[in-house]
Amino acid sequence: MHDGGPLRPGPIGSNVVDMTRRPTIAVALDGAGWHPAAWRDPSALPADLFSRRYWRDLVQFAERAEVDFVTIEDALGLQSATLWSSDDRTDQVRGRLDALLIASFLAPVTSRIGLVPTVTTTHTEPFHVATGLQTLDFASRGRAGWRPQLSGSPHEAAHFGRRTVPPVDVEALLSGDSEQIRAGFDEARDVVEVVRRLWDSWEDDAIIRDAATGRFIDREKIHGAEFSGEWFDVKGASIVPRSPQGQPLVAVLAHQTIPYELAATSADLVFVTPHDDAQSVSILAEVREAEARTGRTGRALSVLAEVLVVLESTPAAARAALERLDERNGSPVASDALVFAGTPEQLLERIHGWTALGYDGVRIRPARLPRDLEQLAEWVLPALPRADAAGATLRERLGFELPENRYTAAAAGGAAAARTNEEVA
Amino acid sequence: MPATKRQVHLAAHFPGVNSTTLWADPLHRSQIDFTAFEHFARTAERGRFDFLFLAEGLRLREHKGQLHELDVVGRPNTLAVLAALAAVTEHVGLVGTLNSTFNEPYELARQLSTLDHLSDGRAGWNVVTSSDAFHGANFRRGGYLDHADRYHRANEFVSLAKELWDSWSSDAIAADRASGRFLADAADEAGAFAHRGAQFDVRGRFTTPASPQRYPVIVQAGDSTDGRDFASEHAEVIFSRHSAFDEAQAFYADVKGRLAGWGRTEDSLKILPAVTFAIGDSQAEAEEVAREISLAQVTPRNAITALEQLWGTDLTGYDADGPLPAFDPGEGPADTVAGTITKGWAPRFPNAVQIARAWRAQSEAEGLSIRELVIKVAGRQSFIGTPSHIAAELDRYVQERATDGFVVVGTTSPHGLDAFADRVVPELQARGVYRTEYEPGATLRQNLELPEPGARVAEEVRRVG
Repeated sequence: MHDGGPLRPGPIGSNVVDMTRRPTIAVALDGAGWHPAAWRDPSALPADLFSRRYWRDLVQFAERAEVDFVTIEDALGLQSATLWSSDDRTDQVRGRLDALLIASFLAPVTSRIGLVPTVTTTHTEPFHVATGLQTLDFASRGRAGWRPQLSGSPHEAAHFGRRTVPPVDVEALLSGDSEQIRAGFDEARDVVEVVRRLWDSWEDDAIIRDAATGRFIDREKIHGAEFSGEWFDVKGASIVPRSPQGQPLVAVLAHQTIPYELAATSADLVFVTPHDDAQSVSILAEVREAEARTGRTGRALSVLAEVLVVLESTPAAARAALERLDERNGSPVASDALVFAGTPEQLLERIHGWTALGYDGVRIRPARLPRDLEQLAEWVLPALPRADAAGATLRERLGFELPENRYTAAAAGGAAAARTNEEVA
Repeated sequence: MPATKRQVHLAAHFPGVNSTTLWADPLHRSQIDFTAFEHFARTAERGRFDFLFLAEGLRLREHKGQLHELDVVGRPNTLAVLAALAAVTEHVGLVGTLNSTFNEPYELARQLSTLDHLSDGRAGWNVVTSSDAFHGANFRRGGYLDHADRYHRANEFVSLAKELWDSWSSDAIAADRASGRFLADAADEAGAFAHRGAQFDVRGRFTTPASPQRYPVIVQAGDSTDGRDFASEHAEVIFSRHSAFDEAQAFYADVKGRLAGWGRTEDSLKILPAVTFAIGDSQAEAEEVAREISLAQVTPRNAITALEQLWGTDLTGYDADGPLPAFDPGEGPADTVAGTITKGWAPRFPNAVQIARAWRAQSEAEGLSIRELVIKVAGRQSFIGTPSHIAAELDRYVQERATDGFVVVGTTSPHGLDAFADRVVPELQARGVYRTEYEPGATLRQNLELPEPGARVAEEVRRVG
């Protein structure tokens, strides 16, 4: 928690490696892995990518390895090697299942690992998104998270036929300032806001089951979202009572100022993509600036660095493995995140380097599944301090407090104010 | 056992947000914790049910301008809880109610396809069409759809969803490491679709490969003429409200009679009325159990609420143990009009005055109070008796073509199905009209003895070829 003073010791001055504090280790799951040729690796199971067994085995394995949480990628369009349009390649994995439903499926067959699906904020109904994530939180007994993601592409808009999206202005996008991008993020901010309101719409003690009066609920403790914005309105309360975590954790992947600000106003965690030490310092500073600029209160964002990993027992073997994958792909892997081909020891060094700068952990994108996840489990995770098994919920696992319901807090605040007034009178 | 015996099909309705759920019963536990759903699903599977059925919530119900507080309130998101149940069951079908008005085909089709993948072919979709502004207020487009257009949208929605489910051929994925082809054929354009209609104008690539059943089993419950036409074209299962034998038989004949017009056979549609039950070791004991359930369901306040729904006005001053209002709905001190006092329920009383007069006449003739009348007209279980008596009745309905089976509605969560699964199901099995084991690996469609989708097309292709 920070109190409005300096958010944290400056990243450059905090070079003391705290080897007892365990960095958060998240693993990003997508298809056969993050390298487009991963499905051709001998360890891959390319014919099983859409099966229940594939997902259950992967995530139960990650849980045994003490991964803190997995994220599951998703989008409202088919994967493509070209940005913002579909392609006709047949040599890469195409097709995905709905990530929120995969996470829901995994909930009852896991017990400790956090489950963080990607759910798109554009085109989808905020009400369904809110209730789906609450249900994931119930089914997992408090291990749900959410990576909101916006869709800015004309071809995904055509899947819905409800709005026309102009072709993406790549120049403006790369410069980090475009009306179109800003509008998408503004809508995403509204979606997260209304989802969070719905998550709080039932106070914890709204269900009373009072047989004497025949009342199942205390309707004073259920509150409509009463949200009215530029893109949509949502009037009522959630259909789902408050879930075990109350507010599942929200994580935003961000590469630029506008998304850093979305993270600062709306999220609990931010995933960032530094490629070297200098960027690791400057990006963290930018995140903290965005927090200050947006007036964020309460706990600072947890910042996780993104890294795509190829792990082998020698540097040469790792480099060779990456080269083989790139060769099969016909070109080097295109990645927004750092591409790391090395040994488990080198990856540990990299992780410690980030934590020394003030990062809270990493989100690892295994190049190959299950191979790089297996390498992580065998060589990297055991070398880290043991996970604190204090709590069963994802919030507790990552050291977040269980948040107070905004309406309960408001009522308590009102009651306290009333008491104070009485005392004054 | 004669080979001609028709088989009984059973579905289990989770006891949640319904006036039939006895939440004040000491046996009733949470209706929202996942353990409740898991227990219920496992019980349905132990009872060899075809499927488990969940309703949908789009907005909390209101009565007289406030949240309705007398029934269970709060339920999960239908798709998410079904996906979770897919992980803890192996055989039982997973059928969810999902609205065609406040969803978009691309997203809902991929969610249903995902559920079918994750359950190895056990997904079903109960298509509903609510379109009022009350529900719409929770969604992007509000109450945008005219009531008369709700089935136009539903029809085109389901047709488009089928185009999306067909957009990946079953052999689209080669996953051949040696040749480096993940997709079998570029010319195949896996997922490509284009649709232009009155309701939807969409094109692009669908993201989800063909699932084990390809289409979820399509279920429908609407009873209007539009609803029956929609069912005749698309539905593979109908939930009917007609549980009285003669009425059920007439409905069965009507709906099955429409199928030929759509080129469908009688076997391609199963009709399942929702039924309640009270079990006892003797008929007398069962009647006693039934009476207790009814009294618990129809409390004095619930009886008045039921009347207020029909009369469309506040009847707070009336005594549930006294006579019915002397005025007709729409007359007297009406502060609102019939059909609008409650929000979030399907309109149940299109002809309120007629029903109210009939109720008043019955109460006067039989000397019934408001509460006794409501119990009599709305609160009585469909089947009351010993397990063998109930099984014999269920069997009779199916053999005499009043139904193909039943949607069994329990009264408590999560144990409301236990007695039926453990006591009535063995009697059905002993009569040779109900499975004793699931067919290993069978899909929901196979368990329901329904033809594969597209079989008609394939047949036509063969004939032409």
